[in-house]
Amino acid sequence: MIVYKHSVSLDAEKCKGCTTCLRRCPTQAIRVRDGKACINPTLCIDCGECIRHCPYKAKKASFDSLDTLNHEKYLIALPAPSLFGQFANLEEADYLLQGLRDLGFDDVYEVAKAAEIVTEYTRRYIRQADEKMRPFISTACPVVVRLVSMRFPSLRSKLLPITPPIEVAGKLAKERALREHPELAEEDVRTVFISPCPAKVSWVKNTPADKKRYIDYIVSMSDVYFRVLSKMRRDQVPEVESESGVVGISWASSGGEASALMNEKYLAADGIENVIRVLDEIETGHFPDLEFVELNACPGGCVGGVMAVENPFIARVRLQSLRRYLPIMRNYLTDDPDSEIPESMLATKPGEYSSAELLNADRAKSFRMMLEIARVKQMLPGMDCGSCGAPTCDAFAEDVVKGEAKIEDCVIRMREQLKKTEQDGNV
Amino acid sequence: MEELLHYHFDVDGANFASAGEASVQVKRLLRQMGFSPDLIRRVSIAMYEGEINMVIHANGGDADIYMDPEQIRVVLKDHGPGIKDIALAMQEGYSTAPDNIRSLGFGAGMGLPNMKRYSDDMTVESTVGVGTTITLVFRSV
Repeated sequence: MIVYKHSVSLDAEKCKGCTTCLRRCPTQAIRVRDGKACINPTLCIDCGECIRHCPYKAKKASFDSLDTLNHEKYLIALPAPSLFGQFANLEEADYLLQGLRDLGFDDVYEVAKAAEIVTEYTRRYIRQADEKMRPFISTACPVVVRLVSMRFPSLRSKLLPITPPIEVAGKLAKERALREHPELAEEDVRTVFISPCPAKVSWVKNTPADKKRYIDYIVSMSDVYFRVLSKMRRDQVPEVESESGVVGISWASSGGEASALMNEKYLAADGIENVIRVLDEIETGHFPDLEFVELNACPGGCVGGVMAVENPFIARVRLQSLRRYLPIMRNYLTDDPDSEIPESMLATKPGEYSSAELLNADRAKSFRMMLEIARVKQMLPGMDCGSCGAPTCDAFAEDVVKGEAKIEDCVIRMREQLKKTEQDGNV
Repeated sequence: MEELLHYHFDVDGANFASAGEASVQVKRLLRQMGFSPDLIRRVSIAMYEGEINMVIHANGGDADIYMDPEQIRVVLKDHGPGIKDIALAMQEGYSTAPDNIRSLGFGAGMGLPNMKRYSDDMTVESTVGVGTTITLVFRSV
């Protein structure tokens, strides 16, 4: 069995055992046990909603720190497109890219550049693929990929099998470095992705064993933000020149990836609850004419990532002004549009489906458990107060039957019973 | 006979957007039981069509799901106008949906045919002026 590695964890000292994260978690992966939140790794999709909403800042995302990378010989920064929207008065991306160089990176490779290449291959893929397979679902947001794999088994075949921009950027950045610096060995060149979200960390950590990993470190956008801000100089002409256009930078916010396909038959939804709703609708077969579905777990798209500094809507406005004088695209494919998509651009297919919510491998046993769950539900108040440590009474009923909680943990029920005993005693 | 799992859902006729809510919840139950992705998809599509039909034609109704480890029975019962000619209604493309519903992208006359296509067994009982009960059976291979 493959154990999924996560990037969201708990700072137990800060956790007060409140019910905020219980309710916010879209997969009901959190329970409060012994006064502390516990995340069920089988159900967690690393969306970061618990980090976003925890009033005590007790949820952490595991990132690398820039401070620990000094020993590396050749470091390449891979800024996510959303980084471009974090700075006020950034008229040209070049100033930011130069800032990253001045921060100590040997090279900068824009993920937005890779995104344009991915856009080109996506167009090609959709055109070549069997129409019956439509709509294809974007695989750029790792939360969506994991959510679909776990919860929407019949949509797994619709996941766009094109390598996401982060990985394409890592690969091309390394190739460029080795080409330009023949003196470097492969292991000297290290890539650092500057990420708006923890989900990318999980995505990299869970690279299949037989697949080469092109991202060596991931640092959070908020970590980089202040450091690079102090390096950015408006009074000097940058030496680094941005290599991405409107299309690449637009990937930062919801609808950017889809609209770049130059096709009106697309849908873009953002925010994890909306994403789930759209996937449910697609599973009912209710979207006959769509070719492409772009889904982003964060509100507004990647600019809404929990590690982004700026408000996502403001970031979006900034991207709009940044895009104003840019060419539409700066990276085009020049080979025959009917040629096959190279192996390196094809993402690994998701493994065998196994239901994360499955009660028991033996269906007869699952059935008996579900009968029992239905019986326990009848005994519960239906208030969904969260005091038992489960997000809803229904979830609690399941926990009881799975043996993960005791019916006595329901304080409302206990109180009712106590009242009843007192009344009976008085009679 | 062994006990059956039974779940009941009210399909709210006043709210178009809520159509499909029952099928979303049923999908989760099916995943918990460990039914195959294909079966989950079939139930999801057929139930959704049924829910939409109840909202469009009958101002809502009841959805009852009966489940055991081998099969799923979905009973959709409404108190709407009933279907005059069931054989005609089962034809692809036949629709009595009003234009305002069609303009929303529904009422293409594929509801009943799709329910038949995606289920293993389908029975339609209907009395004009009284209502319609559709029973769908799905078997796990």
